[in-house]
Amino acid sequence: MVPVNPDIQGRVFAPTAPYLVGREKVREFARAVFSSSPLNFDVDAAITAGYTDIIAPPTFPVVVQEATLAQLLAEPDAGIDFTMVVHGEQRFSYTRPIVAGDELTATLTVTSVKTLGGNSMVTAESRIVDAGGSHVVTAISTLVVRGDV
Amino acid sequence: MSDLTVGDVVAEHTFSITRDSLVRYAGASGDFNSIHYRDDIAKSVGLPGVLAHGMLTMGLAVQPVIDWLGERGIVLEYQVRFTRPVLVDSTTGASVTVVAKIAATDEDSTRVDLTVTAADQTVLGKAQVRVSLT
Repeated sequence: MVPVNPDIQGRVFAPTAPYLVGREKVREFARAVFSSSPLNFDVDAAITAGYTDIIAPPTFPVVVQEATLAQLLAEPDAGIDFTMVVHGEQRFSYTRPIVAGDELTATLTVTSVKTLGGNSMVTAESRIVDAGGSHVVTAISTLVVRGDV
Repeated sequence: MSDLTVGDVVAEHTFSITRDSLVRYAGASGDFNSIHYRDDIAKSVGLPGVLAHGMLTMGLAVQPVIDWLGERGIVLEYQVRFTRPVLVDSTTGASVTVVAKIAATDEDSTRVDLTVTAADQTVLGKAQVRVSLT
């Protein structure tokens, strides 16, 4: 069992390709998380509330973050075996909700690598910005990489 | 929102999840890990059966707070720990109950803590939503 490489702590990855947030994708995701918020479905309601289009549910950034976690798992020297990864913690810190029409780019930083018992805990922070470069949300995942099982 | 008191339950809801919900979430999120829809794969990696995506549980658990919040404010932060998986039976599914309680308030924000249970066990730890009320 190759342990997670502690040297990846502090590593910053290249920004992901822009992700264009589609209105129907937002609705599809909102239905999947049992949302009943008109702001997630009804354009008029969202505009009345001051947005330019419908807004995404709070956990939608995971769709954008996914590309960064794929970068991390594919990193040749990281030593992270995908089949051994368990999602330990998740956090989102928002400047504003994601709005349909946003073009989002995520930049991943590995903020911490810790070993606890036989397991490794990797904390990965994805900073998501809009087309203008303004911060929208930061998604922080702690992955538990199981050692010998 | 000075009418809020620490300990107030502001929202409560029980969600019925089925295997269909998991397939729907897989498609919507792009998380196609087969432990979320195939019993044989789940069992082959030592799980008792098909589990809900942790991010589905996290995603639905905040919805009662969103409904309570309406257009009066926005979410500043949302975090959870995945402490126990939600087993989703192929015929009976699973029930996930969310109770949202005011945990702290100050001038800038209000913290709402979520108690999320399935089969009488807590499935999310440290589930906290920080909101700004306007």
